[in-house]
Amino acid sequence: MKNVLRNTVFLTLLLSFNVNAADYVIDTEGVHASIKFKIQHLGYSWLYGRFNRFSGTFSYDEKAPEASKISVTIDTASVDSNHGERDKHLRSDDFLDVKVFPEARFVSTRVEVTPDGRARVYGNLSLKNVTKELVLEVEKVGMGPDPWGGFRVGFEGSTSFRLKDFNIMKELGPLSQEVELILSIEGIRQ
Amino acid sequence: MPGWRNSCESWGWLAILLHWVTAVILIGLYFLGLYMVDLSYYDSWYHRAPFWHRSLGLAVGLLIVFRLVWRVVDGRPKVLDRHQPWEQSIAKFVHALLYLFSLVICISGYLISTADGTAVSFFDLFDIPSVIEGVDNLEDRAGEVHAWLADALMVLVALHALAALKHHYIDRDNTLRKMLGVP
Repeated sequence: MKNVLRNTVFLTLLLSFNVNAADYVIDTEGVHASIKFKIQHLGYSWLYGRFNRFSGTFSYDEKAPEASKISVTIDTASVDSNHGERDKHLRSDDFLDVKVFPEARFVSTRVEVTPDGRARVYGNLSLKNVTKELVLEVEKVGMGPDPWGGFRVGFEGSTSFRLKDFNIMKELGPLSQEVELILSIEGIRQ
Repeated sequence: MPGWRNSCESWGWLAILLHWVTAVILIGLYFLGLYMVDLSYYDSWYHRAPFWHRSLGLAVGLLIVFRLVWRVVDGRPKVLDRHQPWEQSIAKFVHALLYLFSLVICISGYLISTADGTAVSFFDLFDIPSVIEGVDNLEDRAGEVHAWLADALMVLVALHALAALKHHYIDRDNTLRKMLGVP
């Protein structure tokens, strides 16, 4: 009897743990998520662009954030810098070569929680024919029930990398070697 | 010496001028296009070359439309009787394709520049507005048509020129001389 009781308590704990580590789908349908990039133009200004089509899921447990996982797939042809001729150029083999590499993917490998409550999400970015480890600096924005019976949590994170590290060889000048990628995502709990 | 209008025997000066001006511009645009897409970002021609390519492309489009109108209005010299029927039908077919490809290349080029809703400048004199907007990846699709047809047009131009040389050197008729305005 005592054993049964202990097992029940243990099972309940286990179940509640599983409920906490919930799976989320990034709300691309309602477009409460975006993937932007910024790069210096000549060293004189910031140019922003974004990817209009992507999808992803993550799991998140408020009590054990270091167990979180995320994976995001980006449709590279959806690159949009609000300038058709430039977008055409970005999709060409000078940059993203979207015909050959229609998808880019980020898959997390581990999460480190920093003392200030932020997180460092390590993962592999596959872009063109290169897969390389990057670290996303992530901040939680908010979490709670939404007005329509669902439950949501949102994050913003960013990472930087050298274009040439991912075989983007077009020379844009000495101050435009690095691009910053910014992910703003809201997940809906499944 | 032909007059400015076409006659039964020869092309008029206007038709001759239109032919050679469009020829020079179209061939020039082809090589300008190949050149400009490989310019480095810091090249002083990085913006200037596409500007001239766009403006000249629009101009040649208008010239071709005018040529087609003139062709209908002014009539054309008679086809030489000694040209074989198969020569005549191939010539007709290639001429039609030359016009068609040139126009589609102009239109697709215009669509590359205006796919995002922005206007395209005509020699900085005035802007030609965008008419089609919001079609997904329109600039890429138009770009593919533009590049492929430009290559195809140059093949047709070569065929057209070879045929003219064949008439001149092998058939020894006045087909080429008619387009040069010499008897």
